[in-house]
Amino acid sequence: MSIFSNLTAEQFETIGQELDAIRNREMADLGEKDANYIRTLIKRQRRLEVAGRGLLMAGFLPPAWLAGVACLSASKILDNMEIGHNVMHGQYDWMGDPAINSKVFDWDNTCTNTAWKQTHNFEHHTFTNVLDKDHDIGYGILRMSEDQEWEARFLFNPILAGILATFFQHFVAIQSLKLEDYLVYKTKTKEELKAEFKPTWKKMRKQLFKDYLLFPALAGPFAPFVFAGNVTANLARNLWSSQVIFNGHFPEEVEQFPESVIENETRGQWYVRQLLGSANFEGGRLMHVMSGNLSFQIEHHLFPDMPAHRYAKIAPEVRAICEKHGLPYNTGSFVKQSLSVWKRIFKLSLPSKTKGGSDKGPLDGLRAKVVSLTREPQSETRKAA
Amino acid sequence: MNAMTQTSSRFQQGLTRLLQSRVADILSYPHGVDRYLEVFNPLWSVKEVRAKVEAVRYLTNDSVTLTLRPNHNWEGFVPGQFVQLSVTIDGKRQTRCYSPANSLHRADGCIELTAKVHANGFVSRHLREQLSVGDVVLLSQADGEFALPEERPEQVLLISGGSGITPVMSMLRTLCDEGFSGPITFLHYANSAADMIYASELDEIARTHDNVTLVRCFNDEGEQGELSGLFSREHLYIAAPEFAQATTFLCGPPPMMAAVEKVWEEDGLAERLHKEQFTLAAPQIESDSAEGEVRFVQSEKMAINNGATLLEQAESAGLTPESGCRMGICHACTCRKTAGDVRDIRTGEISSGEEDIQICVSVPVGTVTLDI
Repeated sequence: MSIFSNLTAEQFETIGQELDAIRNREMADLGEKDANYIRTLIKRQRRLEVAGRGLLMAGFLPPAWLAGVACLSASKILDNMEIGHNVMHGQYDWMGDPAINSKVFDWDNTCTNTAWKQTHNFEHHTFTNVLDKDHDIGYGILRMSEDQEWEARFLFNPILAGILATFFQHFVAIQSLKLEDYLVYKTKTKEELKAEFKPTWKKMRKQLFKDYLLFPALAGPFAPFVFAGNVTANLARNLWSSQVIFNGHFPEEVEQFPESVIENETRGQWYVRQLLGSANFEGGRLMHVMSGNLSFQIEHHLFPDMPAHRYAKIAPEVRAICEKHGLPYNTGSFVKQSLSVWKRIFKLSLPSKTKGGSDKGPLDGLRAKVVSLTREPQSETRKAA
Repeated sequence: MNAMTQTSSRFQQGLTRLLQSRVADILSYPHGVDRYLEVFNPLWSVKEVRAKVEAVRYLTNDSVTLTLRPNHNWEGFVPGQFVQLSVTIDGKRQTRCYSPANSLHRADGCIELTAKVHANGFVSRHLREQLSVGDVVLLSQADGEFALPEERPEQVLLISGGSGITPVMSMLRTLCDEGFSGPITFLHYANSAADMIYASELDEIARTHDNVTLVRCFNDEGEQGELSGLFSREHLYIAAPEFAQATTFLCGPPPMMAAVEKVWEEDGLAERLHKEQFTLAAPQIESDSAEGEVRFVQSEKMAINNGATLLEQAESAGLTPESGCRMGICHACTCRKTAGDVRDIRTGEISSGEEDIQICVSVPVGTVTLDI
């Protein structure tokens, strides 16, 4: 909270205006370039998928199996990250094409469009890194913050993180169920859980049936090769996407915030919280595309509905604004950020040495429900804590 | 049909059935078969009507005539009906309605659409200036009540103005192709002879068909038409004295249509008049009746009601609601009104309470709350 409290109301206001200016300029420029970008990418992804599934049919030949897995993994990663995640943010809604619209788009993943938009677009993006509000902090099973009270189960933090990454698509799919409310805190009944799980289970079934029964069955006697190929491709996508997402919010210096921060938060303060609560990683064009441009997590959190391929262009400007106002701009290599994340996971598996991490004691409102979003931009600022 | 084409058509049928099957649906889940087919050929689809531009002609200085070859999903049309044509302009899909002008019996299976380019006609200008042979456009199936009846009338009067000529042109061409022998009067209004779409073809039809009477009426002075000026009862007496016996099909700009409708109503013939309004009359913006505000709940935005349609007000408030034809046909813009009264600009009807409305043809009456 240190940097956050050092800024004056005027500074928040200025930062907000400067970032709004970038946003307005880019959004006014949306057009053919963006449409061509996403259409070309979708075309490549569909071709990769067809090629991958085709090659796996000849999966008894080791080179075909390897090539098939590579194509299908790349296809699933593109489908989920640069296409699915970004389309469902509404980045391309302005195109008026129902096939590329956040209302109807669905991805090659077990999480439903509706659940994703609730937990990710709304909860995670609005309450980024606010404890008890942003379920992405540990997904209900990990301890990812000093301010999260230590419980014995967190001794398994690293193991649980590994399991989370391995089955990432399923954890994301059931994230909206807030399973810990049923299993650990007993605030949710079995019936409630069942009803909530219904649409997700419908989607899971279809995905699993397609990848693990139908496509293998089409290969006849070579079904095991297709099955193994699909397992590997799903695993590759799970491991990659979970690491990309963890790198966006959990490197060690990334800040987390107590719930009090969102009371009467101004637009400028919201922007600064997004800046402090996110981290980028560096890489070439391929790295950016394969991570859905979440390598520009900071820019993405500032402007979640801006076509993501524009982040690379505006990143230097965002960084300059940070430098001007003395704000950190957290970035590093993919490896550096990943190591930092895992260091945090291991460290937090043990009880914290100091009592509480910041201005607020251990939080007990772990079961607090998300309140309805009634934030009206207000010009008066909160007294810095 | 020889053996080879028979085999290939059977193969195509089998393939289509396979692609429409449940298995194909699951294999392509969640995107659907079309999303894969289009990657390989933009015309391939199991559901959508897409058409290839076969020819682009410019019959007048401010129009464009497209010959389109639709894919096999096209189910045909009835002369008089319209289709929705979608094109992508600067990355954004734009949809407009056009009536095919071709004969139902056109041999090559193509459809012909003619658009008049208006001064601020964003889409029509694109069609004239950017569209070229080989491009692929998206179509809807044909729709509309305005249509030549299955049982052909004995006597036909076709009245059109400007680009409203297209649906009645389709009727005329169809009837001529069928060897229709009853009297047909084609009464058309245009600003000038140079502006008249299909002028030479109409000349030719009138010359070669004894039962077709062509009456051209130009607004500009000094033009060589059979008549001049705006529609009047006198015009009708000269052009089609037996209009009371005819089945009449009317399509043109709103003021002209109103003048024609008035005559038919006065003579108690309203049920013999079939009409197609191809452009919406701009809503009468009365500043004193425009009051209250428009609230867009989901976007947390608000605008002072300025009397324009809700779609226009949403757009000027910076929202990008889905929209299509902008004339109340395609229902792309339908959204939930949670409170307030709106007037339908087509009918003048006022509706209130929570309901789904087409925001492109709805004008708020007082404060309105929309769930967008």
